[in-house]
Amino acid sequence: MRARALLIAAALVLLVLPFQLGTSALTTATFVVIAAIGATGLNVLTGYAGQISLGHAFFLAVGAYTGAKLGEDLGWSAALWIPAAGVVAGLFGALVGPIALRLSGLYLAIVTLALVFIGQHVFFNAESLTGGPQGRAFPPVFTEPLALGALLIDTNGLYYYLALALLAGATAFAWNVRRTRAGRAMVAVRERELAACVMGVDVRRVKVAAFTAAAFMAGASGALYASYLSFAQPGEWSLLLSIQFVAAVIVGGMGTVAGPLLGSAVVFALPTLLKELPFLPQEADLASIAYGLLIVVFLVLQPRGLAGLLNQPKEAHS
Amino acid sequence: MTEFLQLLFQGLSLGATYALVALGFAVVYRSSGVINFAQGAMLLLGAYAISWLAVDLGVAFGLAVLAATIVLALGGAGLHALVLRRVVGQPTFVLVMITIGVGIAVTHGVEAAFGPDRRLLGDPWGSSAFEAGGVVVNTVKVWGIAVTALALAAYFAFDRYTRWGLAMQATAADEEATLSVGVPVRRVHAATWAMAGALATLGGLFLAGFPGAPQPALGDAALRAFPAVVVGGLGSPVGAVVGGVLIGVIEVLTSGYAPESLGTNFYAVAPYIAMIAILLVRPYGLFGARPVERV
Repeated sequence: MRARALLIAAALVLLVLPFQLGTSALTTATFVVIAAIGATGLNVLTGYAGQISLGHAFFLAVGAYTGAKLGEDLGWSAALWIPAAGVVAGLFGALVGPIALRLSGLYLAIVTLALVFIGQHVFFNAESLTGGPQGRAFPPVFTEPLALGALLIDTNGLYYYLALALLAGATAFAWNVRRTRAGRAMVAVRERELAACVMGVDVRRVKVAAFTAAAFMAGASGALYASYLSFAQPGEWSLLLSIQFVAAVIVGGMGTVAGPLLGSAVVFALPTLLKELPFLPQEADLASIAYGLLIVVFLVLQPRGLAGLLNQPKEAHS
Repeated sequence: MTEFLQLLFQGLSLGATYALVALGFAVVYRSSGVINFAQGAMLLLGAYAISWLAVDLGVAFGLAVLAATIVLALGGAGLHALVLRRVVGQPTFVLVMITIGVGIAVTHGVEAAFGPDRRLLGDPWGSSAFEAGGVVVNTVKVWGIAVTALALAAYFAFDRYTRWGLAMQATAADEEATLSVGVPVRRVHAATWAMAGALATLGGLFLAGFPGAPQPALGDAALRAFPAVVVGGLGSPVGAVVGGVLIGVIEVLTSGYAPESLGTNFYAVAPYIAMIAILLVRPYGLFGARPVERV
């Protein structure tokens, strides 16, 4: 009951947010929500299935360039290229899954790290697709504001609502999958792979499914992210982006439903907010220093994340 | 042939430095199961500390290296005592994320303090070089290989013959059993972090030597040393050394021989590709132990 009340309150706040925020704050909020879609995917992979991935930025990039190819170069509509971005990224995720079967723990983390570096090498060199080091333009989803009677929503707000709708879908998926056979199998693999295997869980299928789902959401998130940026260079899809996603999942609370959004709000809005603080001198990159220290302090004080702080009744650690 | 020998020498020299950095990773991983993502920031800090002492304060170079090594060792132990000790028992990745946070803060802290430009290292070797059999040999690289060999020998002797080394091996094998026979496991962990700090300083010193220089991007070298420690097998000091040399040679040889069609800067990803290939055949690296599972 309390969970439902919290959920409704949170949904209401998120829905009216664009009318309360200025343009730059709304932009930040939109980036946070877009990132939360990708973080929800990583949460399924890391929080549920216990597979550590530092390669999330790679799947975002795959989604972004799929969107660019289909939307900009081939002229597809956004209703097609956003799902297609998810599907193509998901296929790449399915390819990585089997590697995860041979490796575990931090070995897997470093191989997914390799994915980011190899991906960046390919993106920097594949000029026809990515524009090379100069970068390329990405197709917009919205070009005109939408008028609903007296209510006028500008493109900024439209991006926000689209991202929010996708996030709602991703969150509903993550929430429900926990209570299915597949979700329980993931948690079993996380807790003890060997025991899960002995109990008859098909570990291979579980890992491949988790990677595919995570990559699908990352792809959709990446396509939307690049479209909202409207222009991006290959350097955008760096290790730092991957780290930010991992940080978002951990700071939010691994394996929790609200974690990805809460964590994204901290991790992706914080650098912007810190830059706007009046008492920090702007010439030195103090925002980045504060950002690193905040991650450390937060995890030392609250290693179970923000969702653990809220003491959610519906936690995945049941 | 001369070109090959030249590249091989450079590869061995780079590999020796990677071996130092990778050993720092391996020592920490073996005792606490954490990959220290702050290693890059530590070697950056080490190189800047040497540069600051030797250039800005005019301390004799050998003394500056010694002082920086001690300071970084204390810093590593301090990081363990102040931060990491408090999150024992949390999932490994929380600890790893903390080292990432420390790395971000330290890297940007160094850049804020010293600016984004290249600095002088203050080393006596500079760009001096001599020729041997058609191969140009930089003095700094010879020193790098010699100091690495010395540091590695000292480490393995320490690990094999001292009580602390034995305590480290025991902690790695079974922490609870070690604790129960009276070994101060907490101090053992702190000692491994101190070692990581010291090894990072030496690694930073030779990475910043000619043709490099102390500059904020220096820490990225630690990312390139990841394949080294993984290829060798996480937590295997011998593996870290072998992996380091192997990855250094692979990186330099591909920079010399990779065809144009593989794209610019292919050498930067070659170690990662080699790593994936090796891991697919040996999932725990060349020297890593497959954990025994009890059913």
